[in-house]
Amino acid sequence: MIKNFFPNKILGLSNKIITNIAWVMILIFIIGIIYSLFISPADYIQGDSARIMYVHVPASFIALGCFAFMGTLSICNLVFKIKFLSLVAKSLAPIGIIFTIISIVTGSLWGKPTWGIWWAWDARLTSMLILLFFYIIYILTWKIFDNFEKANKISSIIAVIGLFNLPVIKYSVDWWNTLHQPSSITLTSAPTIHYTMLIPLLIMLVGFITYSIIMFLIKYKIEVMKFKLNKKRNNK
Amino acid sequence: MLGKKVKSRIFFSTILVVLATITIFITLKSLEENVVYFYSPTDIYKKPQILSSEKIRVGGLVKKNSITKKETSINFIITDLKNEIFVSYKGLLPNLFAEGKGVIAEGKLKDKKYFVANKILAKHDENYMPPEVKDALDKSK
Repeated sequence: MIKNFFPNKILGLSNKIITNIAWVMILIFIIGIIYSLFISPADYIQGDSARIMYVHVPASFIALGCFAFMGTLSICNLVFKIKFLSLVAKSLAPIGIIFTIISIVTGSLWGKPTWGIWWAWDARLTSMLILLFFYIIYILTWKIFDNFEKANKISSIIAVIGLFNLPVIKYSVDWWNTLHQPSSITLTSAPTIHYTMLIPLLIMLVGFITYSIIMFLIKYKIEVMKFKLNKKRNNK
Repeated sequence: MLGKKVKSRIFFSTILVVLATITIFITLKSLEENVVYFYSPTDIYKKPQILSSEKIRVGGLVKKNSITKKETSINFIITDLKNEIFVSYKGLLPNLFAEGKGVIAEGKLKDKKYFVANKILAKHDENYMPPEVKDALDKSK
């Protein structure tokens, strides 16, 4: 499994596989969107604005998930000095940042009709904004430093530091009084979302994950190509 | 199995992670006052003194049958089921404002039991369900 992610293997990955996954993704999204917009009921108090959840929750999940991967890979990278790990992490960053922005924007659109304000400096929202800044800093370090070794080291350290923000985001709603509500889906207890709304949410989550996998494969392939090209140039 | 260099890197990374965890924990602990978005009526009751000029937020549930409307102003009681605080407010209410629902009021304290709000936010809880299910739940109560 892991061997497939080695730089030499990924270049052999044919575009046909990616296209096939894309077809699966489109199918999932068609089902998911029809389900979440038409079949699933409106919320008893929020009405139709609750449907923003079908984008907001999966986006937040991937935003956090990507950074969790990046941080873990960066630790392994710092300790074992395996270069392709940093290329994997680097390819995950743009996906994570896009979904962080989607999460914040959709949250804001939902906040106005529900809470009465677009933005609040509560712990959940602020820590999510900090995550966005970590993504920006991480991507910038790769852009600023031409030297691969240097960029690799600094960006890895940034990803590891940013890792500490993740539990703060996750548990901020439990630790402190926040405007943002606590999680509806937890590992320990039954979800507080009715199943007619939970099913489309899970379908959308699978769709978003599939999209992220496609984006990752494309991005990772490009990063490996770039890395090899640079190496060739430097050897000349 | 593991090289000497790798071992030392694991050692130093572990120290780094432990120290960072402690630092962040202490920082968040000391910042708790500011991290908290609103106080509950009990928090306000327990606090030795809060300046009446200071802008604060109080949050809890809107007590059932406590809303009274008078022309443009609205009065209601915020409760956390232990303590209560009387709120007076002039202005627009968010759509989700209702009896028995979560609410956050922003404004100033007159005294420990009386709060003058200049902004009302509705706090949504983690429950999502269709209206029919809500009706069924209410009926079975």
